[in-house]
Amino acid sequence: MSMQDSVLPQGQPRLALRGMSKRFGAIVALDHVDFEVYPGEVVALVGDNGAGKSTLAKIIAGVYHADSGTIAFEGRDVAIPSPEAANALGIATVYQDLALCDNLDVVANLFLGREQGPRRLPIALRWTQEDEMERRAREVLSSLSVHLSSLRRPVKQLSGGQRQSVAVGRAVLWGSKVVLLDEPTAALGVEQTAMVHRLILQLRELGLSVVLISHNLTDVFKVADRIIVLRLGRRVGTFTTSQTTTDQVVAAITTGGTEAAEGIL
Amino acid sequence: MRNLLPKVEDSVPHEVVSYPQSLWDTLLNRVRSGEWEPWPVVIGLIFTWLLFQSLNGNFLTPRNLSNLVLQTGVVGTLGIGVVLVLLLGEIDLSLGAVCGVCASVLGVLITALHWPGIPAMLVTLLIGILIGLLQGAVTVYIGVPSFIVTLGGFLAWQGVQLILLGDAGELIVLDPIVKSFASSYLTVFASIVLGIFIVAIVLVSLLARRRSRRRAGLEPFPISAIIVWLAVVIIGTGVVIALFDAYFGIPYMVVLLLVVVALLTWMTNRSVFGRHVYAIGGNAEAARRAGIHVKTVRLAIFALASTLAALGGVLSVSREFAVSTGTGGGTLLLESIAAAVIGGTSLFGGRGQISQALLGALVIGSIENGLYLLGQPASTQNIATGIILVIAVSVDALSRRRQQTS
Repeated sequence: MSMQDSVLPQGQPRLALRGMSKRFGAIVALDHVDFEVYPGEVVALVGDNGAGKSTLAKIIAGVYHADSGTIAFEGRDVAIPSPEAANALGIATVYQDLALCDNLDVVANLFLGREQGPRRLPIALRWTQEDEMERRAREVLSSLSVHLSSLRRPVKQLSGGQRQSVAVGRAVLWGSKVVLLDEPTAALGVEQTAMVHRLILQLRELGLSVVLISHNLTDVFKVADRIIVLRLGRRVGTFTTSQTTTDQVVAAITTGGTEAAEGIL
Repeated sequence: MRNLLPKVEDSVPHEVVSYPQSLWDTLLNRVRSGEWEPWPVVIGLIFTWLLFQSLNGNFLTPRNLSNLVLQTGVVGTLGIGVVLVLLLGEIDLSLGAVCGVCASVLGVLITALHWPGIPAMLVTLLIGILIGLLQGAVTVYIGVPSFIVTLGGFLAWQGVQLILLGDAGELIVLDPIVKSFASSYLTVFASIVLGIFIVAIVLVSLLARRRSRRRAGLEPFPISAIIVWLAVVIIGTGVVIALFDAYFGIPYMVVLLLVVVALLTWMTNRSVFGRHVYAIGGNAEAARRAGIHVKTVRLAIFALASTLAALGGVLSVSREFAVSTGTGGGTLLLESIAAAVIGGTSLFGGRGQISQALLGALVIGSIENGLYLLGQPASTQNIATGIILVIAVSVDALSRRRQQTS
């Protein structure tokens, strides 16, 4: 496992989890798992069903609480007791369902729950500052290189990739530093998938940390800098994408560990 | 990887982005994409009017139109409440019964307790709020479906109404202030002032919007669009005022309804609260995750709908000078739901406009009024209204399907 040490980027991780364990009754979902992601880095979290990747993701998102382990955000020890706490730290999760309101336009979805308006007034009298919101929406989407013909169309009229952009744009708009993407290309065609790849690379370019949870190794090899493999609740491998083949990752997923892969070869 | 922009905020690539943003374009886009709902109901209304006018020359007279609007008031008011609950994807079956029980409260306060009109009406509205809060709380906090809670309310409030009205089953209400809504009219001078006021509000808000767009660095829509809008508003307002003034003038009830529609339209379309209502109707789970206080918003909407039903009760007493066991009963509730739906409000939440309730109510009122002029009995009116309801929703469903396949 000497590989693990050699692939870590330099500097301080933006988010680091140490020794995370989580049990559900008799089942050990996570067994002393470490995880780290650096600024401007895309880390893919891969593994078979039941490997523990969604448990780990939910701990990061504040949905689950680990039984043991520590979390450090930008070097500070933190607790993430709730999804709100995760958001407050700057950790945004984009779930597979995207959590968009199809009947509302792009601007309204980007600002959902945080509409701009005169704060002193109760919400029934507080008007939404549409033009200011539209200006900021436009800024954020162009920083992601996303170009929509109109920001005033209901999002149900957008393509799958564009909808993903809106959901991710929400994270960027609120100054998130870590973005968790849960199977972002699961339901998308070839062109839309390419669009999501560009989006992820653009997030990295903006200095965000991206955690990509995916079954799709093509996705992972296209955009991830590092690949962390979980198997049966343990971290069994860490790969630098540029120095790795798909076979090595597949071997780690299915049999655990790079040694096993070499054994087969 | 052709678009890797540096982390500079102000490097907006204008040549790539083209946002059609004039009012005009927005309107056209909405009509094209089926998002601007009033079209079908407006066309339906015009068609209905022309049909009845060709069958009976008395239909489009100022006198009949004035009557028509007064007949439509109660259904329209309840219909607005229906639109509000439908926007959330809920239903309120008690609105007719709430209308009846509140009318009875008003009758008792004025005839038995000899209260003056204004405090009696205020207490009536307050009762409406309380009923809405009660039913809303059971729905929101206990989690009983609104269909069941308001079905229970529908039965219970009808019972309360019978108790309040006692053995006689009717109270005659002759309070001059209560009566004035349906039987007093603005003077010609006052109606012209009202018209100018409406045009001024439209003009000011258009200019304010233009200025705000410019300040935000977005292309402001052209002056020509403002002129077109203004012309439409001036002609529309002028024709309506001229029609009313050719009879007795604008009834107070119409002014009241305009104010209610204007305030609620502003609230639903422009306020943060309204945005939250549409968000919950569109995707309640997404709204909750975005930090919207879903329960509070739902409770507020049930209270508001009940308050509108209470207002409908006041208007009903005003029009009939009385409240009886039949007030708020019969087909009132079903007609107000039909009004909202014919107007284009979705039964599944997240789509609809306040003004659609009035347009839908006008369609229903026109059919009843027109068939009455032709000497047709109530049975024919019910059959016609039922058919129109199904046609309206079918047209909507077909246009929506076409939208999805195109």
